[in-house]
Amino acid sequence: MQAIGVILYLVLAPVVGALLDGIDRKVSARMQGRQGPPLLQPFYDLGKLFTKQMLAVNSVQMLLNLSYLIFLAVAGSLLFAGEDLLMSLFMLSTADMFLVMGASSDSSPFSTLGAGREMIQIMAYEPMTLLLAVGFYLATGSFQAGDIVSQPVSAVVTMPGFLLGLLFIMNIKLRKSPFDLSTSHHAHQEIVKGLTTEMAGPTLAVMSIAEYYEMTMMLGLVGLFFVNSSPVSWPLAVLACLAAFFLETLWDNASARVKWRTVLDGCWVVTLLTGGLNGLILMLVR
Amino acid sequence: MAKTKLAKSPWMLHYDGSSCNGCDIEVLACTTPRYDIERFGIINTGDPFQADILLITGGVNFQSESVIKQIYTQMPDPKVVVAVGICACTGGVFKDCYNIKGGIDTVIPVDVYVPGCAARPQAIIDGVVKALEILQQKREAYAAHRRQGKA
Ligand code: SF4
Repeated sequence: MQAIGVILYLVLAPVVGALLDGIDRKVSARMQGRQGPPLLQPFYDLGKLFTKQMLAVNSVQMLLNLSYLIFLAVAGSLLFAGEDLLMSLFMLSTADMFLVMGASSDSSPFSTLGAGREMIQIMAYEPMTLLLAVGFYLATGSFQAGDIVSQPVSAVVTMPGFLLGLLFIMNIKLRKSPFDLSTSHHAHQEIVKGLTTEMAGPTLAVMSIAEYYEMTMMLGLVGLFFVNSSPVSWPLAVLACLAAFFLETLWDNASARVKWRTVLDGCWVVTLLTGGLNGLILMLVR
Repeated sequence: MAKTKLAKSPWMLHYDGSSCNGCDIEVLACTTPRYDIERFGIINTGDPFQADILLITGGVNFQSESVIKQIYTQMPDPKVVVAVGICACTGGVFKDCYNIKGGIDTVIPVDVYVPGCAARPQAIIDGVVKALEILQQKREAYAAHRRQGKA
């Protein structure tokens, strides 16, 4: 059962991520009154990136990007195998450090700036991810994702605050406006492409695939709130994930990028108000 | 339309050589809902490392010459260059100015010329779609070249 979860995740996560990205671009275009690219555009993009010339700015960037990919794949595999949530979330932030190193390994001032901003983003979302694991422990008595999904009632009933907090920081993880400081999917950012500025062709493709793994994992975390021991909850969880993704797209289109201070303050305040408060209540009623 | 044969994911880099901004505004108009260039999968990126199409407006002057050369060499193969507006094609009305070298093709090879002053969005999109065909040919040639190199 565990092995199936891992294999399914490893094989399907990039596909699901790329499809979601395609849906995101289509929906965004429609929100802006445009026709938008074809649904499979992210696949075409990946295909193209792999056929481009390998313009490596140094010998370690590709390696660091591959490490980013592998750590994200392992983090997601842990979650989908029903293993330790805490471990999985730690891996998630470790993965990000590889990206930061990859971006600061080249000489472009833009990617160095992007790397610095990425670290601020890590600082902003990190408290919430840690609290999330604690929250699941308080609500279900276990850090194991496998135990969490076999509870009689969905976790969302006891920890709605955590879900809100997760949705808030997910915006950073999906690199969406208003929190897309380090790099953005949209053109014409003030720092060119931020930390991906000097990533060309295959290097960028590896980074995008890693992002798709991450995207699927974040939605997996949302799903974790909804799945319980009854099989009916699974399709419900998928619907919830899609709804969450739609909300992120809507937010992306409805807001402009903010300054790093606002990201940091905003995330910490929201983390305290949602996760912190919800955690406190859980501790008191226990 | 032989769309399946065209390059499906061309990312575009727009550089202003010495344009009067007339053509630049038309280039930006291509990304608006009315013309929506993204429906061809085209992204207007600002990063030469990730671009496939270099779109240049305005003629070359002695200051922009080195910049054009630099961003052209920073773009990974296969790549195409589109000169937008009569200034970028030949130097246009500024041709005889003391500071103008001439069209873009005086410094880098140009694949598609889009005339007009200013070039209309329709013409720009038409030129870019033409460039896609050339890009696809270059891509095949590049792939063949790589296979030979590896074999
Ligand atoms: S072609 Fe005309 S509109 Fe375009 S840059 Fe030259 S003068 Fe300006």
